[in-house]
Amino acid sequence: MMSNKKVRLMQGNEACVEGALAAGMRFYGGYPITPSTEIAEISAEKLPRVGGKFIQMEDEIAGIAAAIGGSLAGLKAMTATSGPGFSLKQENLGYAAIAEIPLVVVNVQRGGPSTGLPTAPAQGDVMQAKWGTHGDHPIIALSPSSVRETFDVTVRAFNLAEKYRTPVVILTDEVVGHMREKIEIPDVNDIEIIDRVKPSDDDNYLPYGVTGDELVPPMAAFGDGHRFHVTGLMHDETGFPSNSSENAEKVLDRLMNKINKNLDDIIEYEEYMLDDAQIVILSYGSTARSAKSAVKQLREQGINAGMFRPITIWPFPEEQVRKLSEKVKSILVAEMNLGQVVLEVERIVKGKCEINHIGKANGEVITPEEIASKAKEVL
Amino acid sequence: MTSKLIQKYFREDKLPHIWCPGCGHGILMRAVAAAIDNLGLDKDKVCIVSGIGCSSRAPGYMDFNTLHTTHGRALAFATGVKLANPELEVIVITGDGDCAAIGGNHLIHAARRNINITTIVFNNNIYGMTGGQYSPTTPTNEFGTTAPYGNIDKPFNIPELAGAAGATYTARGTAYHAKQLIKLIENGIKNKGFSLIEGISVCPTYYGRKNKKGSAVNMMNWLKDNAIDVKIAAKLPEEKVEGKFLIGEFKNTTEPEYTDEYMKIIERCQKER
Repeated sequence: MMSNKKVRLMQGNEACVEGALAAGMRFYGGYPITPSTEIAEISAEKLPRVGGKFIQMEDEIAGIAAAIGGSLAGLKAMTATSGPGFSLKQENLGYAAIAEIPLVVVNVQRGGPSTGLPTAPAQGDVMQAKWGTHGDHPIIALSPSSVRETFDVTVRAFNLAEKYRTPVVILTDEVVGHMREKIEIPDVNDIEIIDRVKPSDDDNYLPYGVTGDELVPPMAAFGDGHRFHVTGLMHDETGFPSNSSENAEKVLDRLMNKINKNLDDIIEYEEYMLDDAQIVILSYGSTARSAKSAVKQLREQGINAGMFRPITIWPFPEEQVRKLSEKVKSILVAEMNLGQVVLEVERIVKGKCEINHIGKANGEVITPEEIASKAKEVL
Repeated sequence: MTSKLIQKYFREDKLPHIWCPGCGHGILMRAVAAAIDNLGLDKDKVCIVSGIGCSSRAPGYMDFNTLHTTHGRALAFATGVKLANPELEVIVITGDGDCAAIGGNHLIHAARRNINITTIVFNNNIYGMTGGQYSPTTPTNEFGTTAPYGNIDKPFNIPELAGAAGATYTARGTAYHAKQLIKLIENGIKNKGFSLIEGISVCPTYYGRKNKKGSAVNMMNWLKDNAIDVKIAAKLPEEKVEGKFLIGEFKNTTEPEYTDEYMKIIERCQKER
């Protein structure tokens, strides 16, 4: 009786799989790890029902490797993990970046370092998401704050991965992953789905060739008849290795420009009560829920507070934060780590307004009261 | 004049290959192409996957769907490709270090799943690309740049390892016994399940030089003189086999194949809906 209704009570991790399936995920390769395991479990249950493939690999490295293989064979692919597994996946994350493989990597963040606090939330992998793999490379990272947003962000992650032929990281956390909320799943027909651009059938396919101002080359699948070569070595437009520094520079420029020239398309954020704000709480993921609540508390006490919440963490909403810093007195960064996004904010603001930080890495969430109290202290 | 095999299956503009003079890898790579030719496989439906190392440069020269992955991970990438599209004939070319050291975990698990992938190990008993360090197949007491006082590790028998882990076809050939190797690879590809064929190569540049094995010709002669076919060995007294190594087919069995079993799950799930 209820089956046709799209309102459901679900967990963030389940919403992630629902979003992935809606976006067209047909391959999942992964390895169990708390607090992301439900993503694997639900994928294992649901993928074969839609003709998709799930495989539990022998380790985290193999999980992302299989997902890259699945993507190259033409399927939209995902892997999910948490801290220790995210560390293990880094080499192949870089492979996906240089080989331009569409791929979604979910990191349900938990307390670290090392095995750390497996069942407790954290936001300690923000910098790792950008800098964890070696070498300069493009990366997109998105961070949802709620169950419903996890659905939307996952759809978007697939769309961006397919559109820009790049790995996209979803930085969720234990709170968002395990929290249950009532959500309405949008009708499939109302969701924008982007698929990778395929090459035409001519014989001159260049797997990394672009024309004019194009930044993203069309992508064939293995078995389509193009017989192309893929390597993690620096390569030219043919896909074959090239040692030329001129080529390396050209390739890296294009890889970075895929992101840097499309910031408006990629960057998403929420602004809350910013119009007359003197103090802005900058927060993301589950911590932004406390931040929003803190803003309400501060407003009730007559303090003009507001919130800026990056949903896209990488590339960071640099322009937006710069503009904000020119009109507010102070920015308070709230995050479940000992200072990561705050470094980015300091770099961008360059002293144009005061910057403060409230961070925790002890496995506890930051409460609205703690944020409000810190705001009052620094104002 | 290039051979017909080169014209048909190689990317001529990528040749000559990077391997040293006297290296056995060219013979092993040719054997893979010859086996594909004998089986009449559709080039568009063959995917060759490799990891990192001397061996793993082979796919770059071969005119198929080719994937040069990260060190040790060829089988994990290949598993993804095969599961995503079981119609592809997936072949992995790997080396002794790539497959049995850094990729050892992926090897035993691919074998355990009996996924229909054919793995050909180009075994040169050394890490060649990095300049001669001992590998998991360097014999005990032999030398590498990182075993200046002799190797105290015991070497892996890779086909035995794969067979014990669940591979349904295992065999060993050599760069010297080229015709036999082609047949072994053919049989491996024909096997519906995980197949592993070890091809013993020669590395005169590093393994040979470090261990005073002489020229490439001397090393090839050593293969000729010391390999015994497993069927012949079975009939010989133990002392005649002592100190030699076995070639030929070790295991050829039939077990349920992974992607077939997964398709059954899909069919069942879709029927139940």
